[in-house]
Amino acid sequence: MLGETEWMAVTLSVQVSLWATVISLPVAIGVAYVLARRDFRGHAVLNALVHAPLVLPPVVTGYLLLLLFSRNGPAGQVLQDWFGVTLAFRWTGAVLAAAIMAFPLMVRAIRLGFEAVDPKLEQAAKTLGAGPLVVFGTVTLPLIFPGILAGVVLAFAKAMGEFGATITFVSNIPGQTQTIPSAIYSAMQVPGQEPVAMTLVLISAGIAVGALIVSEILARRMQRRLAA
Amino acid sequence: MALSVALKHRLGAFSLDLSFDVPNGVTALFGRSGAGKTSVINAVAGLITPRAGRICIQNQVVFDHAAGINVPAHKRGVGYVFQDARLFPHLSVAGNLSYAVKFGRAVADDALHHRIVDMLGLGHLMSRRPAGLSGGEKQRVAIARALLSSPRVLLMDEPLAALDGARKSEILPYLETLRDELDLPILYVSHAVSEIARLADQVVVIQDGQVVANDTTEAVFADADLAPSLGLRDAGAVMTGRVMAHDPDGLTHLSAAGGHMYLPQIQAPIGATVRLRILAQDVTLMRDAPQNISALNIVAGTILAVRRGDGPGAIVTLQCGPDRILARVTGRSVDAMGLQVGMPCYAVVKSVSVSPNEVGQH
Repeated sequence: MLGETEWMAVTLSVQVSLWATVISLPVAIGVAYVLARRDFRGHAVLNALVHAPLVLPPVVTGYLLLLLFSRNGPAGQVLQDWFGVTLAFRWTGAVLAAAIMAFPLMVRAIRLGFEAVDPKLEQAAKTLGAGPLVVFGTVTLPLIFPGILAGVVLAFAKAMGEFGATITFVSNIPGQTQTIPSAIYSAMQVPGQEPVAMTLVLISAGIAVGALIVSEILARRMQRRLAA
Repeated sequence: MALSVALKHRLGAFSLDLSFDVPNGVTALFGRSGAGKTSVINAVAGLITPRAGRICIQNQVVFDHAAGINVPAHKRGVGYVFQDARLFPHLSVAGNLSYAVKFGRAVADDALHHRIVDMLGLGHLMSRRPAGLSGGEKQRVAIARALLSSPRVLLMDEPLAALDGARKSEILPYLETLRDELDLPILYVSHAVSEIARLADQVVVIQDGQVVANDTTEAVFADADLAPSLGLRDAGAVMTGRVMAHDPDGLTHLSAAGGHMYLPQIQAPIGATVRLRILAQDVTLMRDAPQNISALNIVAGTILAVRRGDGPGAIVTLQCGPDRILARVTGRSVDAMGLQVGMPCYAVVKSVSVSPNEVGQH
């Protein structure tokens, strides 16, 4: 039922979403930590910046990305000249767009995790002789794991569904930058392609629900370990 | 000195400005709630930075404001037992106990590990998660975890305060064993006079951010001037007694307070020393040797001081041999009996509390 380009859209979507999630995770943990634990000037500014993709129309975010990262844009030029990397109209650009759109959701989930960790436990670890990094790795991270998991699933699902910013930034080139949402959109433009659109919709929903179930199982297991 | 503390720190409305030394054994840091006790040991542990001062642990300077020294908490070698246990919920009891060996400063020592697990009775809990433990069990795990971190000094912040009476009496014997078996300076923060009377070798009393007394437990509890700080209801002498005999009628014969005392069967071998606490309100004074009286414990002494309070009460200090006994009476009785310093007097002791005390700790 699906043609080669549609299957490519499915694999590309999964690939883009995984990369977007993996790349944004360490940054999100860092930003969530800073927002949850540190008090500094510019706290509100950073918070607003992180949340901007959540409140801006996705097309606006995509347009801003295009301004910054197109071949002639300030960031795009640097990437091109120094690293030979082009983002605009490439699948790597789709990763950036998806990562940025999913970032606020990920940060929010992980930040809630940090806020739920009692800093007194970290103090206790310090008095047992563990340095700051060790405390983070052995006490803080395991305790915020449910938050990280929730953030990862949310971000992955958001990345899978990203449409507006992606199509604005990297367009909708079949086999190159066409993700599931843009493929559905394309299918709906052509009379008689409704079954293709419906199949893609089912695949998309299946992946999202599957991710949710897996995360739920992991979270339960984690919860049971903490409670029992 | 095992630990010496001098610090100034601002605490909301008032400020701390104090210094004291902690020898080996248990030193109690006593003060009312909000007197800044926890801030003092947090400063020792490196969890807060005082405004000024100098802190030495086993002759190593860990904080010196003037010299710009501030060793981070994880490098101070301080074991800390928090009031609220603070066990790691994602680790089992065994995982909590081995944390300091795996991730902290401690060196693996199986013999010590087994000894401490035995001492605190944790053998059957090792695979449990903290969430499933009772309050008393949690606190025992927390104590063991701190001991297994190779501490150079042990800080305990009201380790019994969050527990109910039954749990308190479950833990206290473990703390006594700890005091008697480990050669470790322990700074024990508490506002519970009975715990201090039972555990401490040395007492530092803080009031309004300053040290108002720093002496042996016996001396602090025998000081009538400190009675208001300790709380009049809890004021009373602490002394060491020696078990002389277990009489066939069920009473134990003790030598204490320059005389003899008879108390219901005490679980201690003949020759052992025990710690006695005689509350000032449980002592009645008589000028003449009482006769035909049901009370068994009557101690002869000489009045050392009469301290009248603001209210109708007075505290009379009686020197009985090497020990002192405090009696809480009314000012009216003092007048009626004509009690004066230097006068011989008898103390009728209505109640004595006893706790074990190892020889050689004093």
